Amino acid sequence: MTTSTDPYAAGSRETTEGRVYTVTGGDWDTIPGGDPLHEERLVVNMGPQHPSTHGVLRLVLELEGETVTEARTVIGYLHTGIEKTTEYRNWTQGTTLVTRMDYLSNIFNETGYCLAVEKLLGVEVPERATTIRVLMMELQRVSSHLVWLATTGMELGALSMMIYGFREREFILDIFELITGLRMNMAYVRPGGVAIDLAPGAEAKIREFLAFMPKRLAEYEDLLTGNPIWQRRTQDVGYRDVTGCIALGTTGPVLRAAGLPWDLRKTEPYCGYENYEFDVPTRTSGDVWGRYHVRLGEMRESLKLIEQALDRLKPGPVMVEDKKIAWPAQLALGADGLGNSLEHVRKIMGQSMEALIHHFKLVTEGFRVPAGQVYVPIESPRGEMGFHVISDGGTRPYRVHVRDPSFVNLQAFPAMVEGAPIADVIAAGASLDPVMGGVDR
Amino acid sequence: MSEMSEGPGATAPDPEIGRTEQRGMFGVAGSGDTSGFGGLVRHRADPHSSPAPYGGYFDEVTGALQEAYPGFGEAIYRIVVDRGELTLYVEPGKVLEVARALRDDPALRFELCSSVSGADYLDANPDDPNRLHVAYHLTSMTYRRRIRLETAVPLDNPHVASVTSIYPTADWQERETWDMFGIIFDGHPALTRILMPDDWDGFPQRKDYPLGGVPVEYKGAEIPPPDTRRAYK
Repeated sequence: MTTSTDPYAAGSRETTEGRVYTVTGGDWDTIPGGDPLHEERLVVNMGPQHPSTHGVLRLVLELEGETVTEARTVIGYLHTGIEKTTEYRNWTQGTTLVTRMDYLSNIFNETGYCLAVEKLLGVEVPERATTIRVLMMELQRVSSHLVWLATTGMELGALSMMIYGFREREFILDIFELITGLRMNMAYVRPGGVAIDLAPGAEAKIREFLAFMPKRLAEYEDLLTGNPIWQRRTQDVGYRDVTGCIALGTTGPVLRAAGLPWDLRKTEPYCGYENYEFDVPTRTSGDVWGRYHVRLGEMRESLKLIEQALDRLKPGPVMVEDKKIAWPAQLALGADGLGNSLEHVRKIMGQSMEALIHHFKLVTEGFRVPAGQVYVPIESPRGEMGFHVISDGGTRPYRVHVRDPSFVNLQAFPAMVEGAPIADVIAAGASLDPVMGGVDR
Repeated sequence: MSEMSEGPGATAPDPEIGRTEQRGMFGVAGSGDTSGFGGLVRHRADPHSSPAPYGGYFDEVTGALQEAYPGFGEAIYRIVVDRGELTLYVEPGKVLEVARALRDDPALRFELCSSVSGADYLDANPDDPNRLHVAYHLTSMTYRRRIRLETAVPLDNPHVASVTSIYPTADWQERETWDMFGIIFDGHPALTRILMPDDWDGFPQRKDYPLGGVPVEYKGAEIPPPDTRRAYK
């Protein structure tokens, strides 16, 4: 370390490629102070590559013995500029980009974005498409909570839970693959509806899932709820009350575990959620234990919603009739995934030049969206996911900002762990369920 | 929405919202050239104030704010209702006071700041130097209402009062807005970069931020870098 106050001033040299900096410890050596051999204070850098930080999250923990006195979160390692990239692609292509943000809730990203675009356009989606969206969102909610349960179980020492959680999630991913051609990042929900109708056999597979899943959920509860280790690791850990949650913008299961039944599906219904029968599970303990119960309860409610959505499915179109918005290619699910249907390609190449022109214009240029701005919030598995979308009247979004619940919820992390033993850092951090793809976007 | 009746492409000029005129799905105007080389320039005009009454709960919200905050007339220079959403345009120096009134007044109770985000309206309106906008989306959990506050600042003086003292959740979101747009939030406890590296130059989400890249040759054809590529206007 040089005597300069600029921590980044240490070590740089001029090369033919420009100035090259040697990144040193920054100002780290000034943090502990005192004699490291006789002081209990210790700064631990956890992550960005650590199995229990849920992705590339870096935690800088200042410890006094075993107690965390200061926690800092460092994010941005997964920043991919998705918001910026959407400004250079047309409105339909935006679906493909936003689905990659929060990679455990792809359908939510897509649906939120498409609802915003549809609000700007002023179009109404066919009923069947909306029902399919609800169906897919609730399946995704179960799979997302299963990943939460699996990874949190693993981090707190319940390794079997990890195997079970991922096993059941795999079944949901198989359903997604059957319907959309892809397990994740499906780009299935499109402005105006969904890309393709449910595949033959999808309904039977979902019903098969509905038949066995309640028993599996009961198994998880048998495995964890009565387990004294699980109880000791989660009860009274990472406490947040309602006031603290709202001040820091924390929504979703964390807020509901503190006692406020704030679920956008109930409070500001979208996609026809007001017509479904389901409950909003809450707890008043405000700790990791409460969040575990809320998430388990939400999985059960999601199963109810999936069943109702299946019963509601009536034959009909899955995309708006307006051919100036609907993707012109009649897509088909082949052995290698979703693609243009050969029949459609044969028609536009061989028979109808107008259809070819239409296809070309809409695919390369896209449709125009009237100027204006909207904000559309939906309830993702992690809380309020909001899409602030601005159009200047062109064929591409002028600005897409995503209020990702993981990003906002993660702010509460220091407030939950400062003053707690270091072991609780894992449980408290996991209970926020941050997905770094969504945090950094 | 009435302007939707002719289909989404045919937006009639709307004196209330101030939208630009556009005819036909593919925006054919003038020479009919949509390649972008025809010199078609589109300015997005600033939205005009909507006339009262605004409908729904918007009248109650604006009325209650007028009562709770005496400086309403000076602080709020435009009220726009579009697509069922209420936007209050606030002077950048007054954001803090307006937000405090919105949170604390018993008739308003906007407890939750859902989102803070920026937008860069570069060349949107040549007469308006305030190209950097900040939008705050506030939620009232008590009344189940949402409103948007919007403020605009010029590039040479991009200062907005930070709302972190009222909504602590704005902390990271203001840092992100600083990181991406270079808008300075006065009074923020630690306004540092959050998503980009600490030593990054420039503000990536600004519209004039260079995208970089080099032309790529593929099978004899040259594909230009993204920001010099031709695009539909």
